[in-house]
Amino acid sequence: MSGTAAASSPPLLEVRGLQKFFPITRGFLQRVVGHVRAVDGVDFTLAEGETLGLVGESGCGKTTASRCILRAIDPTGGSILYRTRDGRTVDLATLAPRELLPLRAEIQMIFQDPFGSLNPRMTLLDNVGEPLLVNGMGNRRERADRVAELLRLVGLRPEFMHRFPHAFSGGQRQRIGIARALATNPRLVVADEPVSALDVSIQAQVLNLLLELQARLKLTFLFVAHDLSVVRHISDRIAVMYVGQLVELARTDALFRRPQHPYTAALMRAVPAADPRVRSDDAILAGEVPSPAAPPQGCYFNPRCRHAQQRCRVEAPALREIAPGHFSRCHFAGEMEF
Amino acid sequence: MALDRPMAVASTLRPLLSVRNLRVSFALDEGLVRAVDGTSFDVMPGQVLGVVGESGCGKSVTMRAILQLVERPGRITAGEIHFRRRPPNGGDEDSAETVDIARLPPRGPVMRDIRGGEIALIPQEPMAAFSPVHTVGDQIVEAILLHGQRWQEGGRKLTRREARDITVGLFRDVGISMPEQRIDAFSWQLSGGLRQRAMIAMALSCKPRLLIADEPTTAIDVTTQAQVLALLRDLQARHGTAIIFITHDLGVIAQMASYVVVMYLGRVMEEGPVDDIFHAPRHPYTRALLRSIPSLYGETRVALPVISGALPHPFNRPPGCPFHPRCPDVMTKCPGAVPSLQPVGTSQLASCFLHHDVVDAG
Repeated sequence: MSGTAAASSPPLLEVRGLQKFFPITRGFLQRVVGHVRAVDGVDFTLAEGETLGLVGESGCGKTTASRCILRAIDPTGGSILYRTRDGRTVDLATLAPRELLPLRAEIQMIFQDPFGSLNPRMTLLDNVGEPLLVNGMGNRRERADRVAELLRLVGLRPEFMHRFPHAFSGGQRQRIGIARALATNPRLVVADEPVSALDVSIQAQVLNLLLELQARLKLTFLFVAHDLSVVRHISDRIAVMYVGQLVELARTDALFRRPQHPYTAALMRAVPAADPRVRSDDAILAGEVPSPAAPPQGCYFNPRCRHAQQRCRVEAPALREIAPGHFSRCHFAGEMEF
Repeated sequence: MALDRPMAVASTLRPLLSVRNLRVSFALDEGLVRAVDGTSFDVMPGQVLGVVGESGCGKSVTMRAILQLVERPGRITAGEIHFRRRPPNGGDEDSAETVDIARLPPRGPVMRDIRGGEIALIPQEPMAAFSPVHTVGDQIVEAILLHGQRWQEGGRKLTRREARDITVGLFRDVGISMPEQRIDAFSWQLSGGLRQRAMIAMALSCKPRLLIADEPTTAIDVTTQAQVLALLRDLQARHGTAIIFITHDLGVIAQMASYVVVMYLGRVMEEGPVDDIFHAPRHPYTRALLRSIPSLYGETRVALPVISGALPHPFNRPPGCPFHPRCPDVMTKCPGAVPSLQPVGTSQLASCFLHHDVVDAG
């Protein structure tokens, strides 16, 4: 639905060549001896009202990339162009902290751990109202009204606002975290593994809530997760990361119909099918994810790729468009079935 | 009463492990938590039994009870855990002695022999399960020396050197490359996948008759998970070890188990062969659980069918059938009585009044 919107209006967010290196230091003088290239080459756009899923295994840099977009950490290189509510386009990557401040209300985050992300000493009123307080929105009376409205929005009773987080289950706490993220009326919401800590029966409730809120509030989601079936369910488009790089980006249906990167294909095959009649044990991806401090020569995926050829070992592939809107970082994308 | 459950399934084979009406309670200041509330199931020799359930369903506490590892203030309050022990001196199965683990003192010599020697555990978090101050090799060698008779039929004690060689062989067996070097590594030097492989090597080190895998792949990535699952399947096929596989991931269950037990709030809701559980589920909870997971094939960006409500707090157990407050098919009698686990159809068992009227007497 939002794929067409992407073509007509300028994107809400445009990430170009995003990089984040962490220095490796050694010795008494903390001499820098190398860099962990946690994020090294991430490019994507995000249209208003769209959900982009960012998937990859642990250590692939998906969380680091999302933190860079929030400017929770400062990126090493690249640009993060964001179209503000009043129509200006700013580069979040280089914006001074003072200029960033008014934009904080527009970009919010939903966290993974519903237990660690709420202050146990604060009531729901204070937890959910905190973003309003720090952004100087309303007096105490108005904040209480807004919190009541938010709690209703996420399916909790407004009377709960004087209780503390410990009185709530994991699923309810995740709803509280969502209410807090929505307090300042954000346009872009970064959700980092928002359902992975929840039980199966609760996971579906929270996914439904996110879809419903998006439709109602015209939210744009960057949905970071490792569970392919969850990401597939919620995303319009999916970006796959491997060792700090974006290796494939496509519309959800196109990605699943015909993955154009062998890593994406391997990732899909590794998901155990919830049907005993489907045996999903053919061609398991061997080996391990290389260290982002010392990635292999050529294509980062070549040591584990069953299609790897001489060219893959020496020449690093660039991200290129295989079909309209379908990008892959593989020399043989478009020529081979993975 | 304890053995009243009909043995409809595989009556020709004698079970290796038979849990009957097991109850485990935790007496806390705030009240009594009935973590396991009348659970019964069997494990056949060489079978992979899948146990599924959400948090608080009692699956992990049940496994701790089987190993007599329930910690204070928890206590096994009722029920039996019959385990058929290894026949002495390599004798045939008929000479095997059956013990009731629930009656054994947790620190007694028999339990110590069984725990690790005959029933081994693969825990969820291999990082927490290995000691960080000893090498993984030393920890496995220690286990082999403790249960040394498994390797030396003549009754002679194994030397440390021999135990080390066995460990290297085990490492090779579970697919760890360069085993001679890796054996001297500390657990924190190994990647998640290698650590879990080392844990499996440790669990196999004493040639157990029953392996309990408690969410063994929950903490690791999907491609590593596929490797570990393939390894477990392969080891199971080669050694014929019975495995109890506990997970909340229905995909993992579908791919690993031949027989499935579905638990909710300390009770078995339904059990049956894996194909029947996935393609002809009888209990409303099983049906709802299967519907609520997003698949790799279904329609995207539409509302998923959900199980309404939340898992009840352990202090507020609902009366009657534990699932009734969330059940789409709830009837007037459900809050009043607990349904017992009864045969439904030819191969399944379900505890639901939709299928029978038998009330659980316990």
